[in-house]
Amino acid sequence: MADQPLLIKGAQVVDPSQGLEEEADLLVIDGKVAAIGKEFELPENTKTIDARHKHVFPGLIDARVYVGEPGGEHRETIASASKAAAAGGVTGFIMMPETDPVIDDVALVDFVRRAARDHASVRVYPAASVTKGFHGKELTEFGLLKEAGAVMLTEGKRSIANNLAFRRALTYARDFDMVIAKETIDPDLSSNGVMNEGLIATHMGLPGIPKEAEIIPLERDLRLAQLTGGHYHAAKISTAQSAEILRTYKRTSKSITCGISINHLTLNENDIGRYRTYLRLQPPLRSEDDRQAMIAALADGIIDIIVSSHDPHDVDEKRRPFAEAADGAIGLETVFSAAMRLYHNGEVELARLIDALSTKPAEIFGLPGGTLKPGSPADFVIADLDMPWVLREENIVSQSKNTPFEGERFTGRIITTFVGGNPVFQLDEADA
Amino acid sequence: MASITDPSPISYNRQHLLGIADLSPLEIQYLLDRAAEAVSVSRQVEKKKSVLRGRTQINLFFEASTRTQSSFELAGKRLGADVMNMSVASSSVKKGETLIDTAMTLNAMQPDLLVVRHQSAGAVELLANKVGCSVINAGDGAHEHPTQALLDALTIQRSKGSLPGLIVAICGDILHSRVARSNIMLLNAMGVLVRVVGPSTLLPAGIEKLGVEVHRDMKSGLKDADVVMMLRLQRERMAGALIPSVREYFKFYGLDREKLKYAKPDALVMHPGPMNRGVEIASEIADGPQSVIEAQVEMGVATRMAVIETLMENRGSNG
Repeated sequence: MADQPLLIKGAQVVDPSQGLEEEADLLVIDGKVAAIGKEFELPENTKTIDARHKHVFPGLIDARVYVGEPGGEHRETIASASKAAAAGGVTGFIMMPETDPVIDDVALVDFVRRAARDHASVRVYPAASVTKGFHGKELTEFGLLKEAGAVMLTEGKRSIANNLAFRRALTYARDFDMVIAKETIDPDLSSNGVMNEGLIATHMGLPGIPKEAEIIPLERDLRLAQLTGGHYHAAKISTAQSAEILRTYKRTSKSITCGISINHLTLNENDIGRYRTYLRLQPPLRSEDDRQAMIAALADGIIDIIVSSHDPHDVDEKRRPFAEAADGAIGLETVFSAAMRLYHNGEVELARLIDALSTKPAEIFGLPGGTLKPGSPADFVIADLDMPWVLREENIVSQSKNTPFEGERFTGRIITTFVGGNPVFQLDEADA
Repeated sequence: MASITDPSPISYNRQHLLGIADLSPLEIQYLLDRAAEAVSVSRQVEKKKSVLRGRTQINLFFEASTRTQSSFELAGKRLGADVMNMSVASSSVKKGETLIDTAMTLNAMQPDLLVVRHQSAGAVELLANKVGCSVINAGDGAHEHPTQALLDALTIQRSKGSLPGLIVAICGDILHSRVARSNIMLLNAMGVLVRVVGPSTLLPAGIEKLGVEVHRDMKSGLKDADVVMMLRLQRERMAGALIPSVREYFKFYGLDREKLKYAKPDALVMHPGPMNRGVEIASEIADGPQSVIEAQVEMGVATRMAVIETLMENRGSNG
């Protein structure tokens, strides 16, 4: 298939890396983008796909995906996550080291790369932990891990409490040009909290997590990032104040970037309803005011990228009382369609959304893809932005079904996903 | 089967009693009226009715409780039901069985009523969604304890005549208290002015938006109050983390003779029990003339009889 030249004809092409947003044809030869535009010579036996009234984008690159392999294969394997990714238009994702064992060693990075090579249909990039075993003390071998193929350093869902340890990590990572992506959660302030602190939590009798549990560690991190010049990526912010602080720091520093999970752009604390544990997340879903502030920060680029924060959990970990359930929701299959809500509502421009879902993450983490420039890998999607659909549990591809969007309506769906010029997902006509 | 003879259009037609928050004032009043009727049954020499003969009630307590569990047990037995107590220590829950599996197992035994207490907010509702029988929430985490709020309201109503216009001060650990939440909602719905009084570390975020006056000292909080409702301070919360010490707590928030003087001279003193004498309440006040703490216990049985009987009538009429 990859050997046969492929022409995607007549689609509306959006490629933020070239400032492109117009009807164009896309020619793929040998797994690479050969040409993009209106009129070019076609090689013999070119296969043509009619994509009129549809959109073509560079494939999504998801910089925060939790997978169960190794150690939690009952939740998700690299193979099943990659299938879910393909169904969601995600052609590459960064896999969190939050596994058992923690990915803190060259051999484990190698394991992930091999498993991905043998079983995954999309590109899977390993991230490695900042400290050995997530203990927050000894640094992992940043240089060797990078050589082995780790594309990011992260402490998963944890913070690094020790200021000196984190300063050294940022300093040392700078020398190897590695990004440290960190979630910001103060374990003491959040203590036994399970949702946003405020009236709703009080009403429900649930212990709350104040916004300051995110803001205080974020400010600490940003000061150390400024001190060291290391590349710091705030992985998942959720409050209006976090965006304001980032706005200040980003003015003076080029090496600070920021991400947000799709959940915090499309849901708020009210959606938890009657103790729905699939909406128990970290950071917790915040107020509608915060969500609006997050959308504004995404639109003006303070928030650089959108992640799915795909976090599979089996039924046993979620069908429990809210306070006893696990944090996290799956998202690979819905991140694109959920993001299209912001486009259809007129809240964020389409090009900015594609930039945040594809081009920017590729740029920040130095990954192939995120672009349709000639010569780049043919990782792209065909999407129908107007197709309505409803998410049903039985149609979920991911091995775990803990989606916050069950039964929700979306407008906009991935039709075909290509990785290296090969179709890795095709929407079943019956589902359409 | 007993039928609803009351011709008034007011009734309570639900399968469960999970919380006060969803109830209308009319539903609350209906349950209070039924409870008031039930009081006389317990005062007769012959205390047993047979309306629930053949019905099975299971008390499922994931959290230890002596008073509430025995109150529900007695209520069920006085109505003629077969009552079984299941406490967590002797159950398979300790062996790792999930709440839902426990619910399904019990459901398969075809009980008519489950009375459930659980340490997590929302747990009783989760369980209620999985069973076919009626469920009464006997306390879920810091969320709700509806029968306690009903019995408190009944106690107040019987002493004060009616609820609207009264001032009720709820004092102490509001943060962790399901009793406080259910009471705030019930009393608000019935037209009572509710105050909460406590140190800020024991007040939950956004409490002022629940329609209560918030006071940080007993003097202003108890001023002109008709009812002073003290809450239990859990032992594990006494040492240093939320309040510095017991003696400091008692000095500023414990109900003693001096502080009770701020309230109206005929103010009622209430406590859901079990009391920590000398921590949140002085012994002489707990045993004093204004205390209705024992009456609360009596009203508890009557309230639970009324709720159980109402739910069982609904079950009967629902087929």
